[in-house]
Amino acid sequence: MTTEYWRWKEYNWKDPDIDWKEARNITVGVDVGSVSSQAVVMTDGELFAYSNMRTGSDSPESAENALNWALEDTGLTLDDIHYAVGTGYGRINVPFADRAITEIACHGRGANYMYGPTVRTILDMGGQDCKVIQVDEKGKVQEFLMNDKCAAGTGRGMEVFADLLEIPIEEIGELSFQIEEEPEPVSSTCVIFAKTEATGLLRQGWPKNDVLAAYCSAMALRVVALIERVGVEEDFAITGGIAKNAGVVQRLTKQLGLVALEPKHDTQIAGALGGALFAQTLAVKEGRVSA
Amino acid sequence: MKANYGYHDGSGDFFITIDSNLCTGCVECISACPADVLEMITDDYDDVVAAVKEEHRKKIKYSCAECKPVDEQPPLPCVSACEPGAIIHSW
Amino acid sequence: MVSIGVDMGAKNIKVVVLKDNEVVSKALVTAGLDTEGALKKALQAASGEAGLEYTEADYITATGAGRKDVPMANDELTEVGAAVRGALHFFKDARTVIDVGAEEGRGVRCDAEGRVIDFVVNEKCAAGAGAFCEAMARALEVPLEEFGPLSLESDREIPMNAQCAVFAESEVVSLVHAKTPKQDIARAVHDAIASRITSMVRRVGLEEQVALVGGLAYNVGFIDSLKRDLETEVLIPPDPEYAAAIGAAVVAAERGLKASEGGENS
Repeated sequence: MTTEYWRWKEYNWKDPDIDWKEARNITVGVDVGSVSSQAVVMTDGELFAYSNMRTGSDSPESAENALNWALEDTGLTLDDIHYAVGTGYGRINVPFADRAITEIACHGRGANYMYGPTVRTILDMGGQDCKVIQVDEKGKVQEFLMNDKCAAGTGRGMEVFADLLEIPIEEIGELSFQIEEEPEPVSSTCVIFAKTEATGLLRQGWPKNDVLAAYCSAMALRVVALIERVGVEEDFAITGGIAKNAGVVQRLTKQLGLVALEPKHDTQIAGALGGALFAQTLAVKEGRVSA
Repeated sequence: MKANYGYHDGSGDFFITIDSNLCTGCVECISACPADVLEMITDDYDDVVAAVKEEHRKKIKYSCAECKPVDEQPPLPCVSACEPGAIIHSW
Repeated sequence: MVSIGVDMGAKNIKVVVLKDNEVVSKALVTAGLDTEGALKKALQAASGEAGLEYTEADYITATGAGRKDVPMANDELTEVGAAVRGALHFFKDARTVIDVGAEEGRGVRCDAEGRVIDFVVNEKCAAGAGAFCEAMARALEVPLEEFGPLSLESDREIPMNAQCAVFAESEVVSLVHAKTPKQDIARAVHDAIASRITSMVRRVGLEEQVALVGGLAYNVGFIDSLKRDLETEVLIPPDPEYAAAIGAAVVAAERGLKASEGGENS
């Protein structure tokens, strides 16, 4: 009965135009999240290679797998790397990391690189948490909020609904727009109570798509409340798994009256990218490479 | 940096905001808290600042309940102890 | 004097008939889509059992979230007030009343007359209500009625990290995979909810005696955890989930008496 929900393709990528042998400062950032893990390799401040894969049951092993996959066919080995930063939920369990840095700081720095120095507010909607981060023009965090206590507003909450309505999660966004009229949002914040409410709506004869729309819009409302606690300043960017669900994203940006920036790379690598950028600075600061 | 520790759930908003630009690292708040909720950390920018302990972040509504009786609203020990005013409770 | 108390909840409608200060009959009907029909059905069932028509009652008081939607009621009473009066009907020395239903948890401090001094509510989040236990019993694949007794078989304290019922479901599943005995998981669940209720009750100030009402008062596992956490005895009335309806009926009897006295005087 349980389907694979956050289904996305595991893959790796490298920039064929970069010759790492000429680089003076080679660093790695590894983000071990609760659902997915990424490794990013940087050479002299340039994105060189990365991987994006599922987190296994063992954090150290997931970190090593992600790194090995990012390094595949590059000719690079761990010995060539000057500095490694671990981040994410499993950051203290990255065996080859020289330092662990929180995902908040890494996300801020990574988003600054990914979206450019004009980005000020980042919303990251992950599988099990929701973060709002405000950064300055250098990507340094000015304010943050992380909600990982409550499933409302996380991928997990959406998964519960996908299960209830027996609809694959990746179809939810699109189906939620196949409605005659935008319904009132589900009134319960709590996922458990929202589920009861949705069951009631179905019993009243609501089409499934309307129930989906009502939940997507409720989820957008919850997340807007979190963003407003921190305050939203443009430019605005959305990262994480839910960034791929248009049903939530479009309703959310409409409620905020904002447009979200288009990312240059896969938004899931933001944390690992930030880690690799921190590592670039730290490698110089700690004398691993000359400035 | 302003760090918002806590959560928003169906029953409301429960956040403790600690402003590391104001926090002097004096540790007064830590000894003032009867529930042992706060600690000093070195943050990602190498500042030594007060923070809400990891194990309390998902239940501060309950961890802080002792200092928030319903019949009166006495000043919160952590907020009173913080001279620069770096600590704010959202509820 | 025959009075009726109606507890018009979102899910269930409960009706209690009180004759000379004794509960003579009660009925519970699921609200469903036709709440008006369900209300009539509940009223007829309870009054029928008492051998009368509900229209013959001297006074009807409604309580619960939908208390405004009881057209046959003479007046209404808040849920907090009703639960306290219901508890004090059985335990006149109770000063703290804890009411935990499927969707809400409340802690109330009251005086000897059953007047509410202070109260705290936890609502709109399953973590602090009976729905938390229901979800965990499902995750553990244990029928709800066996979940409480199972908890009593455990003598081990294990912590639960997740607060949210959705995340706690996954934690229960991983505990099962880690071969943690089911009774220990059941106890961890009851300890978790009891500690949330306790911290809520401490905000109103715990005063003896303590009465527990609401649906969770049937759960012996929860009661055991709660007693341990509060470090005191907990009194449980008969039919604890009818406490609000009983309270409403008690108040209805008082008001009915007052009305008839007023009527004689005029």
